[in-house]
Amino acid sequence: MEKFQTVISRPAPLDSSNVDTDQIIPKQFLKRIERTGFGQFLFFDWRFNDDGSINEKFILNEKRFEDSEILLSQENFGCGSSREHAPWALRDYGFKVIISTSFADILFNNCFKNCILPIVITEEKLDYLFKSTLEFEDYQVKVDLENLILSDNKNFTEKLDIDPYRRKCLLEGLDDIALTLIHEDKITLYEKASIE
Amino acid sequence: MRPKTLFDKIWETHIVHEEAGKPTLLYIDLHLVHEVTSPQAFEGLREAKRKIRRTDKTFATMDHNVPTIDRNNIKDPISAQQIETLEKNCKEFGIELFDLASPYQGIVHVIGPEQGLTKPGSTIVCGDSHTSTHGAFGALAFGIGTSEVEHVMSTQCLWQNKPKTFEVQVNGKRPKGVTAKDIILSIIGEIGTAGATGYVIEYTGETIRNLSMEQRMTICNMSIEGGARAGMISPDEITLNYLRDKPRIKTLNNLDSLMDDWIKLASDEGALFDETLKLDATKIAPQVSWGTSPGMVTGINNKVPNPKNFEDPVKRKSIEDALAYMGLQADTSIEDIKIDTVFIGSCTNGRIEDLIAASKIIKGNKVSSKVKAIVVPGSQVVKYQAEKLGIDKIFKDAGFEWRESGCSMCLAMNPDKLSPGERAASTSNRNFEGRQGKGGRTHLVSPTMAAAAAINGRFTDVRSFDVDLGEY
Repeated sequence: MEKFQTVISRPAPLDSSNVDTDQIIPKQFLKRIERTGFGQFLFFDWRFNDDGSINEKFILNEKRFEDSEILLSQENFGCGSSREHAPWALRDYGFKVIISTSFADILFNNCFKNCILPIVITEEKLDYLFKSTLEFEDYQVKVDLENLILSDNKNFTEKLDIDPYRRKCLLEGLDDIALTLIHEDKITLYEKASIE
Repeated sequence: MRPKTLFDKIWETHIVHEEAGKPTLLYIDLHLVHEVTSPQAFEGLREAKRKIRRTDKTFATMDHNVPTIDRNNIKDPISAQQIETLEKNCKEFGIELFDLASPYQGIVHVIGPEQGLTKPGSTIVCGDSHTSTHGAFGALAFGIGTSEVEHVMSTQCLWQNKPKTFEVQVNGKRPKGVTAKDIILSIIGEIGTAGATGYVIEYTGETIRNLSMEQRMTICNMSIEGGARAGMISPDEITLNYLRDKPRIKTLNNLDSLMDDWIKLASDEGALFDETLKLDATKIAPQVSWGTSPGMVTGINNKVPNPKNFEDPVKRKSIEDALAYMGLQADTSIEDIKIDTVFIGSCTNGRIEDLIAASKIIKGNKVSSKVKAIVVPGSQVVKYQAEKLGIDKIFKDAGFEWRESGCSMCLAMNPDKLSPGERAASTSNRNFEGRQGKGGRTHLVSPTMAAAAAINGRFTDVRSFDVDLGEY
């Protein structure tokens, strides 16, 4: 996996709660057998009109948020299915950080496997980020995982609370399976014991 | 000794490695695989030149993409490719596959219990969020992403942070017409779609204990819709009786001693949970979802909510958005909502008891001329059982289409889907925007409520039918 680097970007404000995985990547795009190329289908039904043209009203289609690497969303982001196509699409589209007040469990796990950092903050602070990114043309948020600091170019600083093991895996781009195989003797022992 | 929960007992006996500051390495007893979330995992194995560690604990089937009319002629080339890819991968890596020619093929969460692959006390994973279904047997079962699928394939283990436990206790006699589906929908309505995030739910109480295994599966199936990692029910005599004659259980030579062990897995008297919710089953009415999230649900005798009555702006907006998508006016009576389509099936409600109960409502009636109605059995075994009982005939005589097994319209990856604006009464588990087809409008209901809606062309209180549904 690639290593997670510090992200500096104007966040894209997606003002919806319970954004489910069927919205993040609709089912007709789950039939591919590759891990790549899903970004073009991200939020497909919201980004595009029925005739295939771009939905100008959808926030991510606004020029000012075109290159955002940080996504803001309301509570329970990523509920629904276990499809890892959702984080594949988010990452391929360009998002490296997602900030919300809460995440669905499986998507939260899947993000870490794909070099995306999901950040949980309070409603009050999320409101502030939403307002700021809509208000200030020069607005930028910095996500520094190394030093566990979330800050902006105004006066906002927040200490990040990230599981230390997951932080290490993201920063070092560690391959989960290789890490597990360090314990292979223990797995074998467990298997032997369960037969007896 | 400190009393333990069912969850504690399973967790403790599956720890392979533990150290401070890290998740726990947990052993996985059963890995179920389907065509949609596995191709990239197999590819990962190939790239890293890895094998599947325990092919004897890994089983596959194709269900999501499968056509339900002519299954030997898959017209969508990408669907066909995904199905062929699973066939090739299973062959290459040596995994048993219940393929389209198998009489045991079906939705992965229907065939696991049916074949006796699902056992109490085991850890079960699958690249599918409705894996929680298997928790009905007193197993710890949950959905995982494709990276984790690959991880389990090569190590038979998973890194897991220990979830908290949540007891949902349901007591009281279910009123007539109130099914397991209505219980779980009202639980989700109560706790919300994120109410159990970070928890494993154990469903307890006399109402739950009196449910059949299939009804318990309906309950556990939708745990994820309340945000839970998994849902489970302590094993009891009902569990053992269901398992006794299942193909891969009855052949076990130490079955009696296993059964003794399984019964002891039940949560101990006085075991502590991190959270508890108590529900009174006597107060539950047949449920109908009105919005675009399973928590947006209400009783059949109620009205669609009015966003004006909600102060919280996030909540108000989500209701406004949902009503706009669903094409519903605030304060409409649920019984005044007309439907176009009825879907009976899915891993939530596609088992034989579901079909029998729905057929009792249908018997002697006709599907409304304005409604298209289909029944998709959860597995080929369910289809066979139903045909043996003559249930297919009841449905067909009433005007239902009788199909081959698969996930079908639950997520519309196959040709069974809603058109924009089409409104469905569906026995499935998700009413998200576009879930059953772009622009499609889904109302989640029980099989008997779906049957009643098919006849009248609108939602109808199933309790108005004079039909004996037995213990369903």
